[in-house]
Amino acid sequence: MPLLLNIEQKQQQKIKEVVKYITMGVKLLLDKANVPGIRSYEVYRREGGYRSVEKALKEMNPEAIVEEVKKSGLRGRGGAGFPTGMKWSFIAKPEGVPRHLVCNADESEPGTFKDRYLMEFLPHLLIEGLIISSFALGSNDTYIYIRGEYAWIPDILEEAINEAKANGWLGKNILGTGFDCNIHVQRGGGAYICGEETALIESLEGKRGNPRIKPPFPAIQGLWMRPTVVNNVETLAAIVPIINIGGEAYAKIGVGKSTGTKLISACGNINKPGVYEIDMTISVEEFIYSDEYCGGIKGGKKLKACIPGGSSVPILPANLLLKTAKGETRYMNYESLSDGGFATGSMLGSGGFIVLDEDQCIVKNTLTLARFYRHESCGQCSPCREGTGWMEKILQKIEQGKGTIADIDLLWDIQRKIEGNTICPLGDAASWPVAAAIRHFRDEFEWHVNNPELSQTSNFGLQHYADPIHVPA
Amino acid sequence: MAYIFNDTQMTEFKRLVARYPEGKQKSALLPVLHLAQESFGGWLSTEALDYVASLLSIEPIEVYEVATFYTMFNVKPVGKYVFEVCQTGPCMISGSDSIIDYIKHVLDIKPGETTKDGLFTLKLVECLGACGYAPMMQVGKFYKEHLTKEKVDAIIAEYRAEAATKN
Repeated sequence: MPLLLNIEQKQQQKIKEVVKYITMGVKLLLDKANVPGIRSYEVYRREGGYRSVEKALKEMNPEAIVEEVKKSGLRGRGGAGFPTGMKWSFIAKPEGVPRHLVCNADESEPGTFKDRYLMEFLPHLLIEGLIISSFALGSNDTYIYIRGEYAWIPDILEEAINEAKANGWLGKNILGTGFDCNIHVQRGGGAYICGEETALIESLEGKRGNPRIKPPFPAIQGLWMRPTVVNNVETLAAIVPIINIGGEAYAKIGVGKSTGTKLISACGNINKPGVYEIDMTISVEEFIYSDEYCGGIKGGKKLKACIPGGSSVPILPANLLLKTAKGETRYMNYESLSDGGFATGSMLGSGGFIVLDEDQCIVKNTLTLARFYRHESCGQCSPCREGTGWMEKILQKIEQGKGTIADIDLLWDIQRKIEGNTICPLGDAASWPVAAAIRHFRDEFEWHVNNPELSQTSNFGLQHYADPIHVPA
Repeated sequence: MAYIFNDTQMTEFKRLVARYPEGKQKSALLPVLHLAQESFGGWLSTEALDYVASLLSIEPIEVYEVATFYTMFNVKPVGKYVFEVCQTGPCMISGSDSIIDYIKHVLDIKPGETTKDGLFTLKLVECLGACGYAPMMQVGKFYKEHLTKEKVDAIIAEYRAEAATKN
């Protein structure tokens, strides 16, 4: 098979060319991740840990910290990308009413496992960020709401909290400033919806995770109707480098409004799944094919599609993933990934990067995601409760080769009627993956309909979605 | 079975409730349900739920609606070891279907069923946040990742041996 070998060699060569332009990005969160024993207080402190708490509590006041975070341009790392400093500045400060900071560790967006990595291997980084953030917001009782399935992580976090407390970083009168702070860890019960901040608050109050109607926003009436800020784990961890190097220096890393670094959890059909810290200036192509990151597609196969920011964001075929519709290189940052809107772009979202190779069936993949959202809908709003169920049933039908062309149109119609018509964004999150799959892969859906038997034994494959860059010449 | 926490469990219960402000003890409901499930054989009977309600001084319905909302709480008896296999997108594209089929075949049960010896329950779950280490399942407190058929065999053998030594 000399021809095949030739193709493989060419492919390898192309990948090598890509590898050449790797620039090791700045690491702010995971720079110490490989230091042996970094999970323990002693090692973490020796490596410079808790310096930012000293600086923030002794040299800065809460307003100055909020200003610094605003300057940094940090955007919420949970998925929505809302500016953190601005969110903090919204918190109401009525006299005599306690305020709370809640850490959202309910990481459940399919494809996302970065917060787990941070909490498991660098628990003190999160605690350090939480102390500064609690000080900035005036939260004396701060809660970490962690997804129930991460059952072994609360032990790690509680140990870190106890160590921090024993060393004077938590408890009463921290560093003699008069500021008191305790951090509590609460496990959830296995519900994706609790990642939505108002559902999380309901759950923290011991109720079903039904999202609340906004307004009032949590910053005014949140946990126990008190002013509350809910931030993602990675967002709170990023406060540490922001205080250490300063907001302006942090804002210089990255590009445009995508400042600082972002954790990307890469999974699917790639050689090196895992959690990577990127500085948002690298291209999608480099992220997928360089040895520093994903290491290319597993088994030397071709890239078919990718969901770049957690299962809710639109799936993109390879050609639109690596280049924008205008033919420009697409980069791993908020603006570039959303270039072209939903018509030809997607979102950075939570950083859950799911790669699909040429053997994957888009219909099947969309079906598992639709099933996920049907299972996770809280049932409060009819469009979402009923619509997610119908989408799953219709996708099941098409996947089993029993669908009709009208079913594809019906699917499109249902998703359109869910989007924007629910209390919380779960409705949107459920409709976007279905919409994007039909938008970009309608012929694959039609192929399932037109080839009921063939589609049960074989795959549509790549067809014209072929990876435009890595297709062997 | 008597649904009363022993001293150790009661100490843990008090620690959980103490995290919340005065009068907000209901907030401890989810952690207390986890504690009750671990303490009372891996599932929550109506009696167990009533007991939790009485401990927190809330109405039983407030506990029922929560216990049935969250997937982690089992309101029906389960086996000693519950295999919660993830079947969502990233696991599916990494081969979770064949792992699920294999477990069904080896244990001769369907999802939701328990083996006749009461040892294993198979439960299909949605994304557990281990997408980079797929296919995977949760058994008790921990994750079993990068599953292969051989690994599934080893896990089953390990639990069978553990159950045999405990009996």
